[in-house]
Amino acid sequence: MGNKMSFIESRNLVHEYKRHDENGNIEQVNRAVDDVSISVEQGDFVAILGHNGSGKSTFAKHLNSILLPTEGTVWVNGMETRDEDHLWDIRQTAGMVFQNPDNQIIASVIEEDVGFGPENLGVPTEEIWHRVETALKAVGMYEYRTHSPNKLSGGQKQRIAIAGIMAMKPKCIILDEPTAMLDPNGRKEVISTVRKLNKEENVTIILITHYMDEVINADHVYVMDHGKVVMEGTPRTIFKEVETLKKYRLDVPQVTELAYELRKQGMKLPEVVLTKEELVNALTKLEKAEN
Amino acid sequence: MSIKLVNVNYIYSPKTAYEKKALTNVSLEIQDGEFIGLIGHTGSGKSTLIQHLNGLMKATSGHIYYNGNDIYAPKYNMRELRSKVGLVFQYPEHQLFETTIIEDVKFGPRNLGLSEEEIEKRAREALLQVGLTPDLWEASPFELSGGQKRRVAIAGVLAMQPEVLVLDEPTAGLDPKGRDEILGEIEKLHKERGITVILVSHSMEDVAEYVDRIIVMNHSKVFADGTPKEVFSKYKELEEIGLAAPQVTYVMHELHDKGIPVDVNATTVAEAKESILAWAKANHYINQTKDKVEV
Repeated sequence: MGNKMSFIESRNLVHEYKRHDENGNIEQVNRAVDDVSISVEQGDFVAILGHNGSGKSTFAKHLNSILLPTEGTVWVNGMETRDEDHLWDIRQTAGMVFQNPDNQIIASVIEEDVGFGPENLGVPTEEIWHRVETALKAVGMYEYRTHSPNKLSGGQKQRIAIAGIMAMKPKCIILDEPTAMLDPNGRKEVISTVRKLNKEENVTIILITHYMDEVINADHVYVMDHGKVVMEGTPRTIFKEVETLKKYRLDVPQVTELAYELRKQGMKLPEVVLTKEELVNALTKLEKAEN
Repeated sequence: MSIKLVNVNYIYSPKTAYEKKALTNVSLEIQDGEFIGLIGHTGSGKSTLIQHLNGLMKATSGHIYYNGNDIYAPKYNMRELRSKVGLVFQYPEHQLFETTIIEDVKFGPRNLGLSEEEIEKRAREALLQVGLTPDLWEASPFELSGGQKRRVAIAGVLAMQPEVLVLDEPTAGLDPKGRDEILGEIEKLHKERGITVILVSHSMEDVAEYVDRIIVMNHSKVFADGTPKEVFSKYKELEEIGLAAPQVTYVMHELHDKGIPVDVNATTVAEAKESILAWAKANHYINQTKDKVEV
């Protein structure tokens, strides 16, 4: 490999789920990830979109060795994910947050839950407390440190799960539909926490979501379909393709759709609008049509 | 025909350190054939409320009347109530268990003691209603995609032929197309069969698009109850309780604040589009001679 490797690099990644019959013979092969090559730089905010079953979660599970490639290779911070000697380094480098907030909390007191990861890494006690404090402050949950996780809202629980990863000082956090089960406030809390960690701590973010409006601030968006990457670009280039996205069972943010519909009717609006501010701004600056 | 709640209270773990009021003096009437959206932040009492509607949970105090009959009366047929008010829980696909899709859907009606013929008929009807075609019926439910599994679970409740269908976040975790498909099928059931629907949702956009009436729960109480336009006009109060209005409603308010006379009550993309276009045409911001441009 002559060229410089990115922070996260997947090269021609293939993952097949195989179903076996009673005798152990392979009955069916399902290619969930099909020749995916993606490079992510340290500090990037990357979003992955795709319908249910498009392969995005299977792909994400390769980034911290939960799944290993059937073919192709994945490197995280220069370490090959197949290399068992690096398993714990990889998991510490790239932490994962899942969909269900109730499945990710184990301790009965919040600060102990957040300290669980570094404790397993063999971090000295003094240092653990320091990390727990820093991580809880980073997700805005420090005042709850001595509470029980039971009474938290879904959004707060997800922030605790994120803090648990932050306490391991990761370079990357992978979030697999972290807001699917949350109410509007919970969604806002989680997304703004993730953005803050990206901006202020330079943590690489890989966000998988079905909510299009959570993607507008990403640096880079990938769209998956049938295990392949079918679109990639900035949110602005991706959300311009309203009809193509719909073909892939996806959507665009509501304001983007409104602007698109108005433009179709002949209004002189920008080719793509991502936020309500952009739309309001464009509408207030319209010029009279020459009739 | 209606469901009527009068001063319903529910307290979890009464007289212990963990005592918590989940419903406080809830009084509501749900009329036959309504399509209702039930919104509120996590822990506001929505799930507790819906579990009262078919008698799964019993109020600590207060009364519930189904078609005029007190469901807490000594001889009330609770079994029948449960078949009339069908409840689809969150992630209902986790409750599939049979070997084939059609067997799974038959489980409910079979428990009603119907003839095998009638059970078969109902299961087939229900599967078609949720858009699952006969080529799939003999497959294992576990071979389906997430959206399809959820349809099987909904069909299982429909096969009971409920008069009221209550769905707790039926679109959670589905892709945008999957959301539209499921909600479209529910809307169709409501329109074509006149079934009463109560939809619990965290998506204000979905609620605005589909329902006729919104009930907002907050801290165990009914916080607001009205049409989507009425409820979302209180968007500032909704934000204070962890909710919001649809994104387009905010656009309309901001435009209005900047002196553009658009309808601030628009809650869907279609309504917002219509109002903005009317303004643009009246003010010649749009070329009248040419209706459409290529984009």
